[in-house]
Amino acid sequence: MNWVWFHRFGSPPYFYSVAGRIVPWLAWPATLLIIAGLYGGLVLAPPDYQQSDAARIMYVHVPAAYVGLMAYVVMALAAAIGLVWRLKVSHAVAAGCAPIGASFTAVCLVTGMLWGQPMWGTWWAWDPRLVSMLVLLFFYLGYLGLRGAIDDTARADRASAVLAVVGVVNVPIVHYSVVWWNSLHQGPSLLRKGGPAMPASMWVPLVLMIFGCTFYFYAVMLMRARAEVMRRERGGQWVRDLLIKGGENP
Amino acid sequence: MIEFLAMSGYAAYVWPSVALTLALMWANVMWAKQLAREAKAEALRRIASQDAT
Repeated sequence: MNWVWFHRFGSPPYFYSVAGRIVPWLAWPATLLIIAGLYGGLVLAPPDYQQSDAARIMYVHVPAAYVGLMAYVVMALAAAIGLVWRLKVSHAVAAGCAPIGASFTAVCLVTGMLWGQPMWGTWWAWDPRLVSMLVLLFFYLGYLGLRGAIDDTARADRASAVLAVVGVVNVPIVHYSVVWWNSLHQGPSLLRKGGPAMPASMWVPLVLMIFGCTFYFYAVMLMRARAEVMRRERGGQWVRDLLIKGGENP
Repeated sequence: MIEFLAMSGYAAYVWPSVALTLALMWANVMWAKQLAREAKAEALRRIASQDAT
């Protein structure tokens, strides 16, 4: 296998430039998919036969849960690569994942409460799915808190990366919590044996939203990672070349 | 239209969910742009101080 690409991406100027070119190609599809998904989910999709229009919370709740979990896996992978190969760019990517993943996890929890109140009759229950998702939020906040508490960037990278890698055990727990334990939360209804448990008019907007939010996550994560790379490399020659000769405006 | 906004009585749950999601997504974009501006401004300050000496 050719590892040249891997080493190239570890180079801050290369990463900064390539990531900058990729961001618009993620941001525009994300915008269009989210507009289409929300229109399809809130306007075109039929109301649920049991939950009526309250089920439309699904179109923000499920993508938020998905991105909250996916962002954690990406963060833990980037942190592990950063630990093993000592790649600063990889730590910048991990740091870029955390606030966005935490935001989506919080959105998932709050929209879940707003869905739980009318359907379950309670805002919150000490239920395996809900608690494991709350633990995911705490791992994100712990990661961010740890980074914020250590001034030395290299030490903050290593300490927070270890926390990120340890916390990844929680991801399968969240996913399988509805299967392993008797949960108040419903089981999977999109990716399950026998196909989605809903008509295409309901699941297509949901899939559009999931893809839209995924693209959105990668776009904003790369924006943050670029800013972090520039912050770390502010004394470097390539930053000077880029800002003075490159004509890129601050 | 009124019927659509009413969400058959669940408006108080559906619309805050959508609003919160979009607000946090917008805020995250603004936050990332702010970080990029700060990083560039800081790098330019560093370059200016290096050139002054």
